[in-house]
Formats: sequence, structure tokens, C-alpha cells
Amino acid sequence: MRAEASREEGSPADGRGATSSPLLKTELLSVKFGGLAALSQVNFQLARDEVRAVIGPNGAGKSTFFNCLTGVLRPTGGRIIFNGDDITGLRSNLISQKGIARSYQITNILPNASALENVRIAAQSRRHAWNMIAHHAGFADINERAEAALQSVGLLAKANDLAANLSHGEQRNLEIGIALATEPKLLCLDEPTAGMSAAETNETKELIRRIAKNLTILIVEHDMEVVMELCHRITVLHYGRILAEGTPEEIQANPRVLEVYLKT
Amino acid sequence: MGAIGDFIHSIPVDLLIIQTINGIVTGMILALVASGLTLIFGIMDVVNFAHGELFMLGAYMGVIAFATTGNFWLALMLAALIIGIFGAALQILTLRPLIGRDPLNTILATFGISLVLQNYALWQFGPVARKISEPISAEFTLFYLQYPWYRIVIALLSGAIIGSLWLFLKYNKFGVWIRATTQDRVMAQAMGIPVPWVYTGVFALGAAMAAASGVLFAPFGGVDSSMGLQWVLEAFIVVVVGGMGNLGGSVVAAIFISLLEAYAAVWLNPSQAVIASFVVLILTLLFRPTGLFAAPK
Amino acid sequence: MSEQANSAEPLVRVEGVHTYYGKSHILHGVSLTVGAGEVVGLLGRNGVGKSTTLKSIMGLVRPTQGAVSLNGQAITGLPPHKLARLGIAYVPEDRRIFRLLTVMENLRTGLDRNGVTEETRKALLDKVFAYFPVLAERRTQAGGTLSGGEQQMLAIARAMMLEPKIILLDEPTEGLMPRMVSQIGHIIEALHKEGISILLVEQNVPLTLRASQRIYIMEKGNVRHHCAASALDVNDAVIKQYLGV
Repeated sequence: MRAEASREEGSPADGRGATSSPLLKTELLSVKFGGLAALSQVNFQLARDEVRAVIGPNGAGKSTFFNCLTGVLRPTGGRIIFNGDDITGLRSNLISQKGIARSYQITNILPNASALENVRIAAQSRRHAWNMIAHHAGFADINERAEAALQSVGLLAKANDLAANLSHGEQRNLEIGIALATEPKLLCLDEPTAGMSAAETNETKELIRRIAKNLTILIVEHDMEVVMELCHRITVLHYGRILAEGTPEEIQANPRVLEVYLKT
Repeated sequence: MGAIGDFIHSIPVDLLIIQTINGIVTGMILALVASGLTLIFGIMDVVNFAHGELFMLGAYMGVIAFATTGNFWLALMLAALIIGIFGAALQILTLRPLIGRDPLNTILATFGISLVLQNYALWQFGPVARKISEPISAEFTLFYLQYPWYRIVIALLSGAIIGSLWLFLKYNKFGVWIRATTQDRVMAQAMGIPVPWVYTGVFALGAAMAAASGVLFAPFGGVDSSMGLQWVLEAFIVVVVGGMGNLGGSVVAAIFISLLEAYAAVWLNPSQAVIASFVVLILTLLFRPTGLFAAPK
Repeated sequence: MSEQANSAEPLVRVEGVHTYYGKSHILHGVSLTVGAGEVVGLLGRNGVGKSTTLKSIMGLVRPTQGAVSLNGQAITGLPPHKLARLGIAYVPEDRRIFRLLTVMENLRTGLDRNGVTEETRKALLDKVFAYFPVLAERRTQAGGTLSGGEQQMLAIARAMMLEPKIILLDEPTEGLMPRMVSQIGHIIEALHKEGISILLVEQNVPLTLRASQRIYIMEKGNVRHHCAASALDVNDAVIKQYLGV
């Protein structure tokens, strides 16, 4: 009941964000695999400039939810509305063009290219994408954009290092940089701290905190410290439905959530 | 109406019946070769381009064993045994180190082995084709032909070998190991099944079956260093059409394709008749790429 | 035997194990022990490395650092089929029974070992069918046709065929109905009574606390807490911290 009350139309809990309409909204979003309902009639809303975590036990539907938003999976029912546009069922490249960027759970960078090249390719997808004749050095705006993205993820010093030679934590951050270079309106991060040491996790947490200043971010994470410290609000999924939504404090105090996690 | 009637009258029924028998005989040998190939692919994900050379070396071993012992059946068993062991050694030395790597590596490896073996045979045995005389020279009258009993025997024997293999896979302890490994290599290991040795065993089995087909075929067409090429090509077509890893499917596909070619040979000349198998291959790849009789996975 | 129980060396010892998946550093120096005849629970949230710990013991992934030993004998890096023969049985998270083999054939993969007499075979089969009567009924059915709960039983039965010293059980109650969950609890108890050690990875806290003698709790690739199961209650702060939100 408390969860219902805290799911207000549009504005995030602490009042940030000037606009009243949500950046992202799903209506009765459903995904069925044969007889299995991975997502059931999910009504989700995300306000501009919000940092939201999606958590839940195994099989709750977090990946399925992400995959629907980013066009990897086609929903079997319901709608997804992003920035006023209906993007339900659109292919992932079109969704990317609309302004949703995603990082992946398993690192997805180009190992044989330098960090800068990785990021520049992403930047170029937004501007001059079809220009095949001019040398890449000629596109000042793309190069600036790429360097800015590397700077925000703390990798500018390693711009010319081969991506394969970066440490695991640096590679995960590069992945975030690649997503940033596409100038997204919504950044979806899929387990950004997976496989990281405590120190690397801390760095990435700070990174996300920095870039969250001008961005709307949706995170799937298992590391509760990261979730609690970074997010304005949390959505808890369970068996494909929203179990609870609210601020970190509200979620921690929610007995239903604890029951579901501890299987009591 | 008249044209159709004329066409029906012109169909040489006796020739078709002869070709049916020929098709089944060739089909059974092809099935034996293809079974080994599909087994190796189904269990180890290895595309064995050297399979035709194991067929060829089997035939040569048969020639030597026959010359030594004078007994065809003994030569058959010895050839299968020797090439089976040779296959095991080959797998241990060249393919085992490649497990877990990009499949392209094994394709290149088996292709390289096939070249080495072909040239070895050429060097060792010379360019003149060898022959084994058939163990049964009796013939029976089929229409206007004297049809050798030996051909019927080959078909039955191939059937028996494939049947034994099927029973082995279904009931024998090692057969269960092989089937478990095919389905889930990791859990098979976790159950104590020595998977690297299962792979070696399967390769040896496939090699022995190829060798046996080579010896059975030898009285037909002679033995030379390039006899494997034509057979392996047809065997690959059979494996694709029957479904990779599907034993029953490869038998049916082998007979189907051989019959088609045999019938085509009634109207076309034999080198054109081969087109029939390629047509089937292309149609299969277009419409049922996992094979006409693909096994459920 | 009683000398063995008094000696320091546990049945399984994991010491300072680091395991990577590619560059992803999953285990950051995990150490734990399982004694003979003990049920040890391994708790933690998703993604902390519980399954990877089991896989590192079973040789399904190779640790880059650290050691695993069985009865004092080093077994790090041995292939899984050797470990199965040494007495470690593995029941994975998704059961992974052989779907195209019958129930009986699934059991045979563990039963058809060297040195198993006809009597032992019969005894093992009788025992397993007494534990799981439904498997006896479905003896000739293909594994893939069984329900989720039945597949879990088959996976455990199959492991028992190895006459193991220790069973590595990965989330046996996941996706099962409550009735089946309690049945799993009884099975673990029965196995414990027979003297088989169990390393139980689970997210179901009450079941784990009831079934185990000792508990390890993992977070981010490390063991963070270790105590007797009797010292823990599902409402403790420690549980909330490492397993809750």
C-alpha cells in the first residue's frame, strides 16, 4: 500500500526535474514465452533525470524488461512510450536513434580498437553516420564528443590504449562511455559492477553519480550498496510483476520485499 | 493423352527395378560411410574431412589383408580394426589438442590430414588401382542381367552393421555414455564419464565403419588413392539432408539419394545423374536446413 | 574412523580461490571447509559467486589462484570426471538431467562405474526408488518429459548413484512449489543421516538454516560471515544485510 502511494504520476521523489510528463512509460507491458509469463502487465514510469534501480530475485523479469525497452525483445502485449513516442516493438537500432542507450552485462566492446576508436564509432552513429569518404580526423564535433565521453568515464588518459588491454573495471566503464557517446536521453545499465573488486565498484559508483547529473538512468544491479547509494527510487520486480516501488528507505522497510528475497 | 500413354509405355520397368536394387545397394554403402560421419559430427562437433581417406585406407588395408590371409571376411574385420585404431591415434594426436577451440581449427586439421593421407597412399601404393575379388561370385538372373549375389550381401551386411551400432548406442553402457556426452558434455563429465576418451572412441568407431565400407566397395570399383573423394562428398550431402547427428536420418537419406541418382541414370548419363543429389541438398538447405529428419534436441 | 573425525583435515577445503570468467573477477579469494558428514550452507545474493564456488570445486572452471583439497589431497584443476570418481557429486542449478535419456538411463550414467557389484547396483536403485517413488514409476520415460520437481529429484538421485562423499547442491529449491521445497528439505535431512556431506548453495534462508550445521555468507566474491547455523535467525541483521535489500 505504501508502494502504491509513492508511485506518483511523473515527478521523482525529491522534486528534481522540471517537466511533468514521464520520460519513459510502459502500459500493461507483457512478455510471454510459451506458457511462461516473464512480464505481466507492468505499468512503469520513469521521470526525467531520475536514477532508478530495477531489482528482484532470480527470474523476476529484470533482463526481460530491459530487453523490451531496448528493442532486443518484442513484447507480446502492452505499450512502451518514450519521450512521447510509442516505441513498442521497434528494432534496437531505431530505439538507439530515439535516445535510449544500453550497456551490457557481458562486456561488449571492440577489443582490437583503441578506447577512443570504440567511443568515436558510437559518436559517429549520431552524426555523419553515412559519410564514408572524409577521414575521421576531419569531424571535429565527433572527436570532441568522443573525448568528452572518455573524460566522463575517467578513461581520457588511456584513449589510445587497445581496449583489450584495459582492466576489467576499465572495460566496463568504457562500455558506459560508448553508451554516453551516443548522446542518450535514457541510459540503461545492465549490472555495471558485475565481476568487479570492491575498489572498482566504488569507482564505477562515483562515475555513475557524476554522469547522473544530466541524465536519466535505469540500472539493473545486484549490489545493494550501489543501489541504495545511487538511486532516487527503486522498482522491485517479482515473477514478472511490480512488487513494490519507492525510495531506498521505503523499500528496505517493506516487509513483503524482504519476504520475497529471503523466501520466508 | 496419347503422349502420356506413350511415355508410360516407354518407361523401362525392368530397368527401373534393376536400378532400384542398385540404388539400395549403393545407398547402404553410402549409409555406412555417412553413419560414421554423422556420429562424429553429432557427438564431437567435428566435421571430418578426412573421412573419405579412412574409407580409402580401409580398402587398401583390405587389399593387403586379403593378399595375406586369402579370406575376404577376415580381411574386412582386420581392415576395420586397424583403421579403427589408426583413427583413435589420429584423434588423440591431432584433434584432442584442438578441443574447445574455434571449430574452424578442426575443419582445417581434418582437411590437412585428408591431403596427407591421399598423398601417402599414392606414394605407398602407386597409381595403379588394386582389386579385391568378390568373396561370392555367384549370380542370379534378373531380367536380362546376371546380377551378382555379392551386391545383395553388401546391402544386408551394411544394414547389419548399422543395426548393431544402433543397438550398441541404445543398450550398451558405452552407448549410454556416448548419448549422454552428446546431450550434455559437462554433466557427462560430472557423472564420471571420461569424455575425452568417449570422443576418441567415437572417432575410432566412425573410422572403422568407413574402413569397412571401403573394403565392401572394393570388389566393385577397385582401390586407388582418390576413391575417397567422391564418396565423402556424397556422404556429406547425406549427413546434411538426414540431419547432422541423426543416425536413422542418414540411413534414410542415403537410400533416398542413391535411389534418386539411380533412377536419374535411366534417362541421363551417370555423371549427370549425380545432379540429383545436389538438387536434394539445395532444396533441403533452403526449406529444412536442420535436415529432413532432424532429431529433436 | 573416529581418529579421522578428531584430526584437523576436513573433507573438503577451499583455500584462497580466485576464479575468473574471462576478465571478470568473480571469486576474490574464497576459503571454506566442509567436514565429513556435515551439511554446510552457502548463502548470498545473486551474482556473488556461490555457483562459481561450486564449479571451482568441481573442476568445471579452473581457479587461477588458491587450492581445493579432498581429504587433504590436492584436487585443484583435476577434470570433473576424475572428481566424480573420487566421490564429489554435482547437482547444478538448472538440474541438467539428460533430457533424451530415460530416467533409468540417467541413473545408469552414475551407476555404470567400474567396481560396482550387482548387489550394490540393486541396493542403490532400491534406495533411490524408496526416496523417490515417482522416479520408479517413470523409469522408462525420457528425462525431458518430467516436471520441474521430478527433474530435481532425478538430478539428486543421479548424484546418489555415484555413492559420493559430498554432494554440491546448487539452489535445489529454485522454481519449485512450496510442497516440493519442503520435500527437498526432508531429502537433505535423509542424506545427512546417511553420513553424506552436503555443500548447499541456496537463497531460501529458512530452509538453509534448518538443514545446515554451519553457514557461510558470501558477498561480491568473498566469504563475509561464517558461523554455526544455530547461531543465526532469519530476522538477524546479518541476514538482512547480506541477503535482503
